[in-house]
Amino acid sequence: MDQFAVKVFVRLRPSVLDPAGEATKFASIKLGAEGIKSLRIGKMIEVKIEGNGENEVREKIDLLCDRLFANTVIEDYEYSLEKL
Amino acid sequence: MDNFTVGIVVFPGSNCDRDVSWALEGCLDIRTKYLWHESSDLSDVDAIVLPGGFSYGDYLRCGAIARFSPLINALDDFVKSGKRVLGICNGFQILTESGFLPGALVANKNLNFICDDVELDIVSSKGGWFNNGDEKQTIKLPIAHGEGRYHCDSDTLKKLVDNELIALRYKNNPNGSSFDIAGITNEKGNVLGLMPHPERACDETIGGTDGVFTLKSLILK
Repeated sequence: MDQFAVKVFVRLRPSVLDPAGEATKFASIKLGAEGIKSLRIGKMIEVKIEGNGENEVREKIDLLCDRLFANTVIEDYEYSLEKL
Repeated sequence: MDNFTVGIVVFPGSNCDRDVSWALEGCLDIRTKYLWHESSDLSDVDAIVLPGGFSYGDYLRCGAIARFSPLINALDDFVKSGKRVLGICNGFQILTESGFLPGALVANKNLNFICDDVELDIVSSKGGWFNNGDEKQTIKLPIAHGEGRYHCDSDTLKKLVDNELIALRYKNNPNGSSFDIAGITNEKGNVLGLMPHPERACDETIGGTDGVFTLKSLILK
């Protein structure tokens, strides 16, 4: 069995308003940061997972992302995978 | 009808389960039974309410974890059999997360947790959930949510409109919901999800009775 470290990024789809991101953008500007054009908040999920090779692990992670980690009505996801 | 029993699902973090029971039993004389979310035996209930609250602490997304409970798995056959399911607030979020209703509920546009009475237009009579005696087309119900902004893509919205699946719309949209949507039904009409709380509007002494007809309609066939 191989072990992999997976980082999953879940983001609100561009068409979905992100009020928390807007509020943080506002605070960033108050802080004095210049030039911020857009600020959106997502989630990062770290998973350590075992499997027989990268393909099998990708299948498992795809299922997890599609069914649990992200709600694809409002969110997109992508992930990176590193063999340990 | 004497033995008609409404199952009220209790998740860790549900907090309107007792309100629903009080409204059904105390105000409407309808028998209820609490159903722990790990149970999958729905054989002795005739309708189901998914109450408001914060199932699993709203972890990941509201309703996202509750969706995987044994009871929600068993709900598929219950819905297909035509029995009625009412999802209130967090219950509505669970119904969208689990795919019984389309769309999703996301953070209110102004980020506030909104606790207020709102006026609502009854849009569709599908399922008979709002057939009140005097045919009122506008009702007032309490809302209490931080993540009640209904969102769906334009194709889904068109489908909702074309098939008359929009049950309730806010008169003064409080949370930024698409098309002012406050509640929707499935195509058959036996599943209703709504953000307002009808169980908190079943007694004149606590602010109105406009929720009575929705709860009463649980016993419709």
